[in-house]
Amino acid sequence: MEILTYGNKDTRSGFGEGLRRLGALNPNVVALCADLTGSLKMDAFEKSFPDRFFQIGIAEANMIGIAAGMTVGGKIPFTGTFANFSTSRVYDQIRQSIAYSQKNVKICASHAGLTLGEDGATHQVLEDIGMMRMLPNMTVVVPADYNQTLNATLAVAAWDGPVYLRFGRPSVPIFTHEDAPFIIGKADVLLEGTDVTIIACGHMVWKSLEAAQELKKHGISAEVINMHTIKPLDNNAILSSVKKTGCIVTAEEHMRNGGLGDAVAQLLSTHFPVPQAYVAVNDSFGESGTPNQLMKKYHLESHDIFSAAQGLLKTIK
Amino acid sequence: MENLARVASQVRRDIIRMVHAVSSGHPGGSLGCADFFVFMYFHRMEVNPDEFTMDGAQEDVFYLSNGHISPVWYSVLARRGFFEVSELSTFRKISSRLQGHPSVDKKLPGIRVASGSLGQGLSVAIGTALVKKMNQDPRWVYCLMGDGEIQEGQVWEAAMYAGNRGVDNLVGIVDFNNRQIDGDVSQVMGVMPLEDKWKAFGWEVYSMDGHDFGSMRSVMQQIDQHQGSGKPKMIIMKTEMGQGVDYMMGTHKWHGSAPNDEQLESALNQLAESLGDY
Repeated sequence: MEILTYGNKDTRSGFGEGLRRLGALNPNVVALCADLTGSLKMDAFEKSFPDRFFQIGIAEANMIGIAAGMTVGGKIPFTGTFANFSTSRVYDQIRQSIAYSQKNVKICASHAGLTLGEDGATHQVLEDIGMMRMLPNMTVVVPADYNQTLNATLAVAAWDGPVYLRFGRPSVPIFTHEDAPFIIGKADVLLEGTDVTIIACGHMVWKSLEAAQELKKHGISAEVINMHTIKPLDNNAILSSVKKTGCIVTAEEHMRNGGLGDAVAQLLSTHFPVPQAYVAVNDSFGESGTPNQLMKKYHLESHDIFSAAQGLLKTIK
Repeated sequence: MENLARVASQVRRDIIRMVHAVSSGHPGGSLGCADFFVFMYFHRMEVNPDEFTMDGAQEDVFYLSNGHISPVWYSVLARRGFFEVSELSTFRKISSRLQGHPSVDKKLPGIRVASGSLGQGLSVAIGTALVKKMNQDPRWVYCLMGDGEIQEGQVWEAAMYAGNRGVDNLVGIVDFNNRQIDGDVSQVMGVMPLEDKWKAFGWEVYSMDGHDFGSMRSVMQQIDQHQGSGKPKMIIMKTEMGQGVDYMMGTHKWHGSAPNDEQLESALNQLAESLGDY
């Protein structure tokens, strides 16, 4: 079983390319950045559409407010900064001026999670999915690779309402097709299986595919679902899969508390309870290190997904 | 101008009655800004109460950043025809469109963003002002803030942006009454020198008497003359918290508390019913 790939690239570059294309497609798209234009790959948009690019400086709260105000008059603002400064730093601004006020702002967040690397815990937000999915009116999208991030960027522009779009820093395998449509709220079943369901988002999707390959060698048939939209959650995809497999592993580059795993557990506990294992950071901040070292130390490797699935099957069979 | 005073008197009655009816709300700042709101909505601004649109294209756009003085805004919006005056009786009650602090989710005409958590309105106003420029829409964007409110850091992020980028179709107003919940602003956390602060951030600064329609008209004329000057405008508006009700003036104590039945009667005796109570 080989998964077709199209090389390696960072998901933030998918955002940058998506935004540049949007600039040409939709004259109402405007972009705001808080002094991280290069890191967010927003420079192509800035160069091509200077009149629609707004450098805000290191003032994220102001950026969120300006974006909210720009929707009055019909613009579709895309804000860009690191995930931590896109969420925890400006939570009340997002809550009042965007979510509660139902403003059509796209909050685009790079360098999410541990794979930000050497900058350490101050910058490695692991709580953002939880914070954003708790907000009424907020849609939460976490694409898995370059192509999907590009397509998700195009899709959120057409979605009416506030969106949190989360992506990352490192170069990772591209395994979704560039022409694959991105449908918000509709999960992708990447591999069909019968013994265990693995649901993942972001960088953990590729690792789940690797884990599934390893599980297959051990005679375990894993179903892998790319849950690129955390909210609204694709309940049907989850329920129909676990009705087949009877157990589930969730994998995310995020805190256990409040993230994808909790979203899935919330659904299953009320609709179809099955044993679940979390692959996520366990109530801890990150630290400095290379992305690979950090993913290993905090147990977010394909091997950890493999072990979680194997352990889960041992307890129930 | 005489007519504006009559409307303002009715607005003050509305404020007192709304707050009294639910034993909650913020009468002090609302009374203090009554003259200003009446001036803006009945004299100064180009607005479309019959067909309110979120986009506010070719209209002046007003943001209330210190959302707790919602009673004055609701009263003036109703009196100006944005919605029925009778709806003022639902203020702060369950399922009302007139939330304790302004919101948009219940679609009350006249409101474009939620406010209440302080310090956010000026940023929002900048966003709308930038879009008006992009859309070649010549109307103004206004944002009223409290003087205590500008203790919030985000206000100064916004001040820096608007000054640097020359957002000259933006008019900020600071309600300078020197009162906040815990006492005098100068005691709680001083904000002076106000004029110098805004000037240092690149703004044109104007002084205005918030209880004198002549002063308001004159300042707005000056502002019109500075349209396209390349600088945002800030009005330091001197007001008296509780203006129009003797026992509410000269103290911060009526910032966020409602009058009882006797106090209601006393207040209404001081304010002429000019347009008919709701």
